[in-house]
Parts: sequence; structure tokens; C-alpha cells
Amino acid sequence: MRDYTQELLELVRLTSTDLPNPVEARLEVALANEEPGSAAQTALETILKNVAMTRKNSTPICQDTGTPIFYVHAPATIDRDELTRQIRNTVGLATQKSYLRPNAVDALTGMNTGNNLGDDYFPTIHFHVSETNELTIDLILKGGGCENVGAQYSLPNDTLQAGRDLEGVRKAALDAVFRAQGEGCSPGFLGIAIGGDRGTSYLASKEVLLRDPDDHNQDAELDILENKITAEANELGIGPMGFGGKATVLGTKITSIHRLPASFFVTVSYMCWAYRRRKMIIIGDKVFYE
Amino acid sequence: MAKHLNIPLSADEINGLNVGDTVLLSGVMVTGRDAVHKWIHDTFIRKITPATEEDLEILSLLKPLLSEGIIYHCGPVVTGLESSQYRITAAGPTTSIREEPYQADVINFFTLRGVIGKGGMGAKTLSACHAAPAVYFHAIGGAAALIAECITEVIGVYRLDLGVPEAIWVIRVKDLPVIVTMDAHNSSLHATVLEQSKKSLDKMIS
Repeated sequence: MRDYTQELLELVRLTSTDLPNPVEARLEVALANEEPGSAAQTALETILKNVAMTRKNSTPICQDTGTPIFYVHAPATIDRDELTRQIRNTVGLATQKSYLRPNAVDALTGMNTGNNLGDDYFPTIHFHVSETNELTIDLILKGGGCENVGAQYSLPNDTLQAGRDLEGVRKAALDAVFRAQGEGCSPGFLGIAIGGDRGTSYLASKEVLLRDPDDHNQDAELDILENKITAEANELGIGPMGFGGKATVLGTKITSIHRLPASFFVTVSYMCWAYRRRKMIIIGDKVFYE
Repeated sequence: MAKHLNIPLSADEINGLNVGDTVLLSGVMVTGRDAVHKWIHDTFIRKITPATEEDLEILSLLKPLLSEGIIYHCGPVVTGLESSQYRITAAGPTTSIREEPYQADVINFFTLRGVIGKGGMGAKTLSACHAAPAVYFHAIGGAAALIAECITEVIGVYRLDLGVPEAIWVIRVKDLPVIVTMDAHNSSLHATVLEQSKKSLDKMIS
């Protein structure tokens, strides 16, 4: 199998240092909406300056380069073990080059491995078999600040008066945004999964963040709900960094997965404004980055 | 207009600050986050863990830096680890609320004049800020490269055994931009935003 280390290294560099344009565009719209002279406006101006600077200098957008989460769609001909080795090797290299901060910490001893290589879960690599000859690898870098404010609700929830319906999902999502305040580096993006078990629901809530921020949900009802949650979250007034202001959430994506009769989970993964996500597509000898 | 302040900071300078003030900080500060706060708290304040000679030596070096000084909740990206020619390329704040169990004691122990972080802190820290006096400075989360540009020198590092993000980096900064979000007069922007957003939430979900 071919060695993809250089291509993968470029994927990591791009993801860590160059914020995707649709995310930047939303930050610019948010900036234009904030009150002149407000702390919210200052925060967004600073954020956008930082985005331009890291793109130019190839340095991390945020010092917390997070958990590298890879989603691989590979043709059956790709040797999965070998690709895993190449990805892990690349993560080590990217850490040496300071595109990534060493982030893998032994939960028992507190020891940092120094190279971002922990056990099989760190970096996280999800494999899927591709039905075409394309090898596509998506990478999300998700920092700890926003990961810590993720939340899972088991419906019905009496406190929120949230039942097992889309209205219940809406209430749970708004509660999660309220609880996060500015701690997840607002204005953020929400990935929401309805259903699953506790584990798969969290997985799906992250995977849905792979969608293009500008796309529409294929389910008309969920599409409406996505926009409604974003709009209402912005009425909470939490604002950038929790300073108060208009921009709290820049986008919401919802997916639903099958659940057990007894369970109805609503899982919210909060992604900070530094929504670091890139895709690499390899077709034959050609490499494309999105 | 932003106020220029130099570290160490006097009680008068701190008392002159109010929520909403923009400040440009210059001087020597020290990074410290989760492991460092627990270490200081358990080893020197509560004395749950016996202090080693090395612990005491580090403490004696930190004390003069932190008296009327500042702890920055930050785990930077650092280059030059092999050669010890350290350079910091990304140094935004980490979420401060995780230090809430320790921060008030740490402020008292060192006579800190401020902590820098993001997301704000709770009632215990606010009351310690009032007593000290000290303030909570909010840096912009994720503005890692801009803040790194304000670091003119990495003076040294302690507890590198905790790993790069958790180590104690002693840095000299010039005009590091922050906003006061908790002052020494018991005022907290975070408490205000929490209260207002709670009212809005209750209306939306009732």
C-alpha cells in the first residue's frame, strides 16, 4: 500500500491552522451584528484577526488542538492496519512540527505521552468501507473546553418538561446551550443526535458535525428544528465568550438514529467557534482537500 | 480606551478596575492550570501530600513571581523542546471554572492580583477577589496566535514532568489584551449573563 504520510500531514496542518471558509463567513456575519464598542464585538474582531494570522503563519488556531478524530472511508483494497499506522505516525510528526499540542494524557498516572499517541482511542480513528475507489479522510480537531460542555439528556425530563418528541429535543438543546454559557468558546456549533444508546448517541452527535455548515437537513422537520434551535439559542444573550451579545450559536445539525424502546437520548456535542474540520479525498494519484 | 498595567500589580491598581475594562498587561506572569492548581492546593495549602525538596524549591522560586502577580490558565503550544530554546506559538486561555475548587485558596496563598482565563469563575473566587483584592481577566478563547505574539520571552519552565500543556511556563508579555469580567467589588459579568440567560431560557421552555 502507498504511503500517505505527506498527504495526511497536510490534512492535519490545514485542519489545525486554516479555519474553513464557511465557518469564517459565519463569524464575519456575527461580528457585523454585534453592538459597536461591545465586548462581544471585540471578541469577534480578535477571533477573526487570529484566524487570518494562523492561516498565514501555519500555526494552530487554538493551543488546544484537541482530540484528533479521523473518519476514514476506504475502499476494501486499503489495508486498514497499515493506514492506521500511517495516521498514527502522521499525528506524531504533526506534533513534532507543532501543528498539534501533545494532548494524550494517561488518565491514571497523569503522564503526557508527548507525541499525541495514546491507546487505540487516541487519536480516534473511525473506519468505514467506501463503495467507490475514493479514499476520503475527514479530520475534526475537537478541544477539551467545548467537549466538556457536551451534554446528554434522557427523555422524558421532568425538570425541563421535555417529552419524547421534537419539542423535547428543542428544550434539551437550549438547556445545553444555557449550561455551556461561554465555557465552550461561543459562538459555537451544535451537533445533536436523537436516539441510540449512550455511546452511539455521542458518536453520532460528533459525526453530524461533518456536514457542511451551509447545507440543509434532508428531513424537512429536522431542517426547521435546526434553524429554530440556532435562532432561539441566540436569543439567550450569552454571546461570544459569554460576554453577553447576539451570537451564541452559529449553526445546528441534527441526526436521528435508532433507539431502544426504553431509551430516548438527546445528545449535544458542542463545537467551539474554532470548528476545525477538513476533508482529504484521494482518487488514484490525485489528492484534493476541502 | 485600554488601560496599560504592569505586573506586579498594586492593590490600588486592582481596586481601580471594573467589569468591562479593557486592559493591556505587561510583565512576567506564570501559566498554571488543572494539575498545577491541584499540586499547589494539595501540597502547600492543605498539605494532604507531603512536599518534596524539589516541590519546596519550586515554590520558593514561584513565590516572588506570584506575589502581586498573575496566574494564566493556559496550556501553550511550545516549539524547541529538544533544544530548550522554547518559543510559544499558541497560547490562548483554557476554561477557568475547573479551578474553582482551588482558586480562592491559591489567590490568598500567593497574594495574587489576578488570574487570566476564559469562561469566568464562580462565587468562591469572586469573594476571594474582593478580599485580596484581585480580578479575573478574560482573554479571548481560541485567539492563540495573537496572544502568543504578545509573549516576548519564555523565561523558564517548572514541572515539565506534568507535560507541556500542564507545566508552569514563566513568560514575559507585552500588552496582552484582556477584559475584566470579575472585579474586586463583587461584580461579575458571568453572574449577570447567567441570570439574564436563565430568564430567557425559562420563557422559551415553559
